[in-house]
Amino acid sequence: MSQPLINWFKFASPASFYPLAGKMWPWFAALATAFAAAGLWISFFVAPTDFQQGEGYRIIFIHVPASWMSMFIYCVMAFWSAIGIGFNTRLSGMMSSALAPTGALFAFLSLWTGALWGKPMWGAWWVWDARLTSELILLFLYLGYIALTAAIDDPRRADKAGAIVSLVGVINVPIIYFSVKWWNTLHQGASVSMTKAPTMAATMLWGMLLMALAFWMYSIAVALYRVRAIILERERHATWVAELLEMQR
Amino acid sequence: MKARHKRFAIVLGGLAALGIAAALILNAFQSNLVFFFTPTQVANGEAPKDRAFRIGGLVKEGSLQRTDITARFVVTDTAKEIPVAYTGILPDLFSEGKGVVAQGALGADGKFTATEVLAKHDENYMPPEAKHAVDQAHEAAKTLKQ
Repeated sequence: MSQPLINWFKFASPASFYPLAGKMWPWFAALATAFAAAGLWISFFVAPTDFQQGEGYRIIFIHVPASWMSMFIYCVMAFWSAIGIGFNTRLSGMMSSALAPTGALFAFLSLWTGALWGKPMWGAWWVWDARLTSELILLFLYLGYIALTAAIDDPRRADKAGAIVSLVGVINVPIIYFSVKWWNTLHQGASVSMTKAPTMAATMLWGMLLMALAFWMYSIAVALYRVRAIILERERHATWVAELLEMQR
Repeated sequence: MKARHKRFAIVLGGLAALGIAAALILNAFQSNLVFFFTPTQVANGEAPKDRAFRIGGLVKEGSLQRTDITARFVVTDTAKEIPVAYTGILPDLFSEGKGVVAQGALGADGKFTATEVLAKHDENYMPPEAKHAVDQAHEAAKTLKQ
């Protein structure tokens, strides 16, 4: 077999991923800040008022990107879980558990901002329609994952149990996404989708997409930062960690 | 077959089985997962008769009447219509020609008495000027047809 350009398996070792993540996270954090600054500026000062909802619609600049991220992060967790079960790599489980709190945060943000918007617009904080309920289940799946992995002392076993939860739970993601199509829901359909032209004004769309990019970058930066902490904690008895500490002294 | 191929096969097989199970379950609960029934579904007798349910559709243009705090309006899905009476505060987005979901019970006279009215927002977001332009275009199209 010919030598691949990048030896991916090299970075599957926590010892070599630790410095790489350390180099990468500040860049993603800087990008997140830049995108968030531009996105928030468009959201609050450039984007026009909505014809029907007035200023209240501006919640979408947080609500929609947060909901997207909450679903996407879960898919990434499921991906790492599958890799972890298949290749038996230690880093995959660490990546999964590094992503979970951020995913839970976004799921919570999505539900909370939605409730704040729902009261004045719909006339209810919360309704048990398919979209809202499945997103709530997503939040519980995140919390369940965090609780389960925290409850098992042996990290390798914890990763395995967590991997199964995230793989089983990933079935929920398409249900959330398509719920507004499959059933009658109070929640409106998608304004932006891959199959049709967006049904919103261009500046509003730009604000939303910039915020989505900011959330992406934030998630990557925070996950990398967190995975470094997890690596150090789990590998604390390894020689490379001792050498690292020796170098810093 | 290497051990890792076997593990990937188990993951894929497991996911496929779970997906099919989820699809079957959701299909079985189809009628319980809908948030509201359309006037056509109500006319076809698909809505539950012995308990409260929600109807959803558009508020028919020109049908809204207010007496004190009781609002009467007609919910339509352009095919069938149901008259609704509601006493209480209507949400901000409630208006004629817009989506609405009302919870309550259907009387023997075919009138729906709502205990809760929610506005259903659509997926269109645009500035007031754009909305004005769209309305003008619609008006122009109407006059052209005549």
